[in-house]
Amino acid sequence: MKTARIALAALVALAAPLALLGARASAPDAGGTVRVDGSSTVFPFAEAVAEEFSKKNPKTKVTVGQSGTGGGFKRFGAGETDFSSASRPIKAGEVEACKAKSVEFVELPVAFDGLTIVVNPANDWAKQVTVDQLRAIFLSSSAAKRWKDVDPSWPDEPIKVYSPGTDSGTFDYFKEVVLGKDGTMRADMSVSEEDNVLVRGVAGERNAIGFFGFAYFTENAKKVRAVPVVNPKTGAAVAPTHASIEDGTYAPFGRPLFVYANKASLAKPGCQAFADFMLEHAGELAEEVGYVKLPQAVYDRAKANLKAQRTGTQLIGPDGKERHGPIAETYR
Amino acid sequence: MTAATVTSAARAAAAASRRGTPRSAAARDRRERAVRGALFGSALLSVATTATIIGVLASETVRFFGMPGVSVTDFLFGTTWAPLLGADKHFGIWPLLCGTFLITAIAAAFALPVGLVAAIYLSEYARPRVRAAVKPALEVLAGIPTVVYGYFALTVITPFLHDHVSERFGTFNALGAGLAVGIMILPIVASLSEDALRAVPRSLRDAAYALGGTRFDVSVRVVVPAALSGIMASWLLAITRAIGETMIVALAAGGMAAMTLSPTAEVQTMTAYMVQIFLGDAPATGVEYRSSYAVATVLFVVTLGLTLVGNLVLRRFREEYD
Amino acid sequence: MAPPPTVPAPAAGPAPVRSPAQLVAAAAPSSQGARRAVDRGFLVLCLALTALAVVILSVLLVTVWRDGHERLGAEFLTNYASRKPAEAGVKAALWGSVWVCAICALTALPIGVGTALWLEEFARPSRLTSFIKLNISNLAGVPSIVYGILGLTAFARLFGSVSADTPIALGDPEGFLYLKLPFGNGVLAGGLTLMLVVLPIVIVSSQEALRAVPRSLRAGALALGATQWQTTWSITLPAALPMVMTGAILAVSRAIGEAAPILVLGVPLFIRSVPQNLMSDFTVLPLQIYNWANRPGEAFHELAAAAIIVLLAVLLTFNAVAVVIRQRLRTTS
Repeated sequence: MKTARIALAALVALAAPLALLGARASAPDAGGTVRVDGSSTVFPFAEAVAEEFSKKNPKTKVTVGQSGTGGGFKRFGAGETDFSSASRPIKAGEVEACKAKSVEFVELPVAFDGLTIVVNPANDWAKQVTVDQLRAIFLSSSAAKRWKDVDPSWPDEPIKVYSPGTDSGTFDYFKEVVLGKDGTMRADMSVSEEDNVLVRGVAGERNAIGFFGFAYFTENAKKVRAVPVVNPKTGAAVAPTHASIEDGTYAPFGRPLFVYANKASLAKPGCQAFADFMLEHAGELAEEVGYVKLPQAVYDRAKANLKAQRTGTQLIGPDGKERHGPIAETYR
Repeated sequence: MTAATVTSAARAAAAASRRGTPRSAAARDRRERAVRGALFGSALLSVATTATIIGVLASETVRFFGMPGVSVTDFLFGTTWAPLLGADKHFGIWPLLCGTFLITAIAAAFALPVGLVAAIYLSEYARPRVRAAVKPALEVLAGIPTVVYGYFALTVITPFLHDHVSERFGTFNALGAGLAVGIMILPIVASLSEDALRAVPRSLRDAAYALGGTRFDVSVRVVVPAALSGIMASWLLAITRAIGETMIVALAAGGMAAMTLSPTAEVQTMTAYMVQIFLGDAPATGVEYRSSYAVATVLFVVTLGLTLVGNLVLRRFREEYD
Repeated sequence: MAPPPTVPAPAAGPAPVRSPAQLVAAAAPSSQGARRAVDRGFLVLCLALTALAVVILSVLLVTVWRDGHERLGAEFLTNYASRKPAEAGVKAALWGSVWVCAICALTALPIGVGTALWLEEFARPSRLTSFIKLNISNLAGVPSIVYGILGLTAFARLFGSVSADTPIALGDPEGFLYLKLPFGNGVLAGGLTLMLVVLPIVIVSSQEALRAVPRSLRAGALALGATQWQTTWSITLPAALPMVMTGAILAVSRAIGEAAPILVLGVPLFIRSVPQNLMSDFTVLPLQIYNWANRPGEAFHELAAAAIIVLLAVLLTFNAVAVVIRQRLRTTS
């Protein structure tokens, strides 16, 4: 018994300095958890931010999920996550859900994306595509079954469609731009919430067509081919490139990407540090993963809004209608 | 040996009654009853598990059928599964059942004959050293996680089919996923069938040889029919595993539910649909979310039915030998 | 066994036949040749199909090795997942698996062995007993994704009894002792869900272990006046322990490879920490493999293959330990 007690005391004596070593305080790293969830389009960006932030703040535990923009907002409105990433602005219904649970949020734009229409590299016939042609393919009532139904010069082969799921902001955005408010998407598509799955699908199937965020295209440029889209305003077919997305000539599929922060979570030091880090490095990390950085003025406004904890969305006007237009103008 | 065991038992019993155990008979009885109760409680837990599964699935399914736009007849007899898209939602279960059936059929067509023949070889033809080496290897292979087979389908099987068989095999096709599932259940079939074949007493084989049978006659005409109940039980178990398989089909089969029997087609199984819905992590409301519970109910009923049939087969057809 | 009966020799051969081979040889030539051809043909078929099975499985293992072995290394095991393949590793997934499997084993063993004990030692044959036995064999066939749904409802959400909006929390979230109701998708919920999956395996293998203990041991103890429980605790259980351990190892092997229930439970796609307490977020090795395999790049497929090698190495170790235990059991008894 006595030897056991001595041994125990010796162990404690040895362990104490070790514990002190570990407790060496690194002031900025406050610890805690940061939960991010939402868009699969924004995921590469969120992942990059989380990774770089974790390297500098090893004690803070950051997790990033990919439930889709809609799925992310559902969890965000229930207070389960600290940050919700979105490839479209928050909708009125989702704002209501947040209000019902007393969740206040700060809206932060983080990057600019050009939604890319992709086909298989062996597809040499679709040299460009118009929004009307896309509507012919995707609208449920007119859904073209074969390529030649869209354009008679195209082959008589069945179209294999890959699409994000209904929880995806990309899905919502595409539907709104191409089909309008009341259109419904065709039912016989291969659906996945994960854009990587869509990339693999289009890459492996000759007659495939799909769509996802620009970053997924740039990362897999050898596996899929981006189809130039005819800009409805100018009539010219524009291929999605960094330059054409940045200057807005790639239309109508240019869109800003957002991260919404839970105001209550910002009281936690880990979350505040994460939000600051994200806005500080948003430009460079967005570029790194393949998106386009926003003008610095927009980032500065976002930082100011974060500091002031300005709640609510600026993209739904007081009349309840969504505000469209370049983000530099709509976001103040 | 017996004397040693009796002495050790005596010593243990004496020690038990000396150390921290109750002295009085009443206390001992009380403890005995308490222990018995605790153990019975653990046994009841398994019943509780089944009851909870049934309860959860049934309640959500009932709620599903209560939602607007969903009808039991459409579910059971409809042939369109479009819960998320399209102008109207359709909830016919048959496309998902068809997808599951197609994958399982391909897997079974590969694994059941090959597994049985391999088992016959191991049990009747192979030398004891070969058997001693292969049997443990089979058990290890039966334990390989299914993601590994999914990876194999993605990186080896599907490219092979695309490059060397037909260009019509896209990234997601039924044949690739089906073959991967077949490879997964192959060790199970082989191992369990081999156990069943080995359980047949030697006397049957000897008698058959004595009557002039070739190895083929003995193996296929005598031993296999004698072991039939065990073999069929192993087949049913393998099919049950194939039906419930999730990771391989999530990686390699695809996300489009369709009524098709074409091996090049992309299909969606019941399990893959459930993964699709749960990956979206929608909290507990909405007709799509509930639909995955309804699909889970169908899956549970199908696998439960097969397991019960397997038990019945094992009992009815088992031949007793002295 | 009586010697094979001598058959009256057919007209063609006068010598008395003895062995089956000679019997066969002595039969009429035409059917004899055909039968031998069938026999040889079947042998060829057997060899071919068995070889096919072996070849396929070897191709699987060789492919995985070829794709993944270059990514293996100490950094692979100590790095977290990263968007840059060169820096990625399985640390979070490995420790997540360790925690989840530990919880699974620690909960499944008592319940499983307890159930087996009740079924083998204490229960009287009755309709309830056979119902329980039937129930256990049915549970073994339930797909693991259904257990995931059960775990989600029963453990992560606690059947909705405690709302996620107003959780009950005990302890320091940063410390080791922290409990939050409902469990959410922390390691505890994951471990308990996997416990449900492996429970039938533990029960069945414990039953076999208990059945293997010779009756004489129990009879001796009972004859000396020990109660049923005293016999079980002091005699039967220690004797059955090695086989119970083997069963536990089998169960943990199964648990470590399960991805579907954890997928349904809902774990983050990106995580860079190891679990700290029972409520921590986590991911497991099979899911990390799934996530990497889903990505379209070659580099990520190589990472997936390397993670598969790690997983298979862990499984092989478990199997080896189980075999060693079984060998020692055979030599000591």
